[in-house]
Amino acid sequence: MAAVTTELTTAPPKNQGARARSALRFRIGRAVLLVLFALFFAVPLLALIEFSTRSNDLTGPRTLEYWRYIGQDPEIRTALRDSVLLALITSVVALALLLPTMVWVRLRLPKLHRVVEFLCLLPLTIPALVLVVGWAPIYLWIAYFTPAQFDSSPVVLAFAYVILVMPYMYRSLDAGLSSIDVRTLAEAARSLGAGWFTVMARVIMPNMLSAVLNAALLSVALVLGEFTVASLLNYDNLQVVMNNVAQISSGVTVALAAASLMFVFVLLFALSFVGRRRPARVIAEEK
Amino acid sequence: MTETDTPVTAEATRAGVEVRLEGLRRQYGAVTALDGLDLTIKPGEFIALLGPSGCGKTTALRLLAGLEDADGGRVMVGDKDVTRLPTNKRDMGMVFQAYSLFPHMTARQNVAFGLRLRKIGETERNRRAGEMLELVGLSAQADRYAHQMSGGQQQRVALARALAIRPTVLLLDEPLSALDAKVRATLRDEIRRVQLEVGITTLFVTHDQEEALAVADRVGVMNAGRLEQLGPPTEVYSRPATPFVAQFVGLSNRIPATVNGSTADVLGAAVPVIPSSVDSGEGFALVRPEAVDLLPVTDGATGPLVGQVIATSFLGAVSRITVDLGPAGLVLAQMPTSQAGGFGSGSVARVTFRPDPVLVVKG
Repeated sequence: MAAVTTELTTAPPKNQGARARSALRFRIGRAVLLVLFALFFAVPLLALIEFSTRSNDLTGPRTLEYWRYIGQDPEIRTALRDSVLLALITSVVALALLLPTMVWVRLRLPKLHRVVEFLCLLPLTIPALVLVVGWAPIYLWIAYFTPAQFDSSPVVLAFAYVILVMPYMYRSLDAGLSSIDVRTLAEAARSLGAGWFTVMARVIMPNMLSAVLNAALLSVALVLGEFTVASLLNYDNLQVVMNNVAQISSGVTVALAAASLMFVFVLLFALSFVGRRRPARVIAEEK
Repeated sequence: MTETDTPVTAEATRAGVEVRLEGLRRQYGAVTALDGLDLTIKPGEFIALLGPSGCGKTTALRLLAGLEDADGGRVMVGDKDVTRLPTNKRDMGMVFQAYSLFPHMTARQNVAFGLRLRKIGETERNRRAGEMLELVGLSAQADRYAHQMSGGQQQRVALARALAIRPTVLLLDEPLSALDAKVRATLRDEIRRVQLEVGITTLFVTHDQEEALAVADRVGVMNAGRLEQLGPPTEVYSRPATPFVAQFVGLSNRIPATVNGSTADVLGAAVPVIPSSVDSGEGFALVRPEAVDLLPVTDGATGPLVGQVIATSFLGAVSRITVDLGPAGLVLAQMPTSQAGGFGSGSVARVTFRPDPVLVVKG
């Protein structure tokens, strides 16, 4: 016992020194890693901006011509508008399909949970190329039934994109649903007189707002960056037009790429603040 | 919902409605959760359904709430058949075992939620929510969110929320199970006080016999989807109708006995029997520990009722003493701690039975 006591009284200074050193080493290591990763992400982005503001090569004079061109070229503007519209429609339709389905499966058909999960994750395992082979004949019919004034509008791609975003949306919504007691909340609301629509809109949705926004953002990002399906089905969305413009002017393409990347970054940044409005957690004492 | 301006105090005079469950059946695959349950709850009555897990008590409550569909039978509220009515049209207040407050709303908003669905104006809504929170003693916490309240407070808000819609029936699905012992006892009494004040017909489901016996007007003991006994707490406790009830409610000694008319010979002592016992012959008497008395033996006397004390356990105001009666097995006696001092481990004691009627069952 005496030996232990002396060791305890003499040990701390030595220990503290070692601990402080290891903490310092940890902090330095962390800072180095952070800088490395920041560079990894920032350098290409800065290079994009740098390149898109030079007139001919890296030694040429500064110009905003390429950036201005984005706003002027009718083809780019149409593609931009259509892609944003497509992103919106896809997120809304996929959410409207998935959220009620997933809540219903949780409440009433728990045995189907695995099946629904499998179905929703399936698009992830099938290459876009293979999907297009299946969709091509369907899109022939879609094109046939599209009114003339909307002919060749890429907005009809929403059908395909709803399927493409499902895996990401499913994961995000599933995490959100797991974080609340859906069953009890729904039953409590029902017993108070709420119909199913009220349960969804006033009880389930507000409590998984950040998961829903997350899911929506993921699908927006995916739709804005989609090239393969649009290109193979011959629709001009943002990425396809970017690729076309690149044949004429690489500067405009680079400016467009930088712009769309920054747009998604801003969205992500905004999202990180949503769902944090709640006051800090306080544990009250029972009186 | 037209009498919106009726003050809460006037509700105390409003009589509750009668609830009748008639031959309710519910099957989960091969498992029968409810096997033809008949139960009538009188207006304003507080009935506790008690039983082990899987006995069907929660299923009965969920069928009454409309959260599950019956495979057979009827649910009558007043003279209305609500068997096919969806939950949100049944007008029943419910408190759940799991914390069920809406996390994105304050206590007041939670309580007002049901009133909002009934299109009651904001001022009136807030006034009534305030009254309800006062009823459960949480006026000061009205603007707190669920995560800022303790478990007991959350359940009290849930009770206020359930009562705010002035339901016809109050359903309590093990509302105290998630709480710790001290809060549980306080809240239990509070629920009873509020229920008496509002005068609402109430069904309370629990697996805790102490809870059921403490608050209910009548206790229904359930087993395997059937009601074994329904009666006032004292009757269920002291005159169990079936061996299951005798063994599930409270502790019981099983002591060999021979029935002879209206008395039983329990190891030589004559004890009156409950009419539902076996008619005659050998069996086991189910004797409550508090009906067993001990006398100190110092003269070396022997007999079937004399044995050695092998264990004593101190439970606060009372103590339990285990006596080894040899071939008749162990007998548990319960007595005030002040009288238990003379019966330490190893001492010899004589067992006597109080003349309370006992249930004798076949071995």
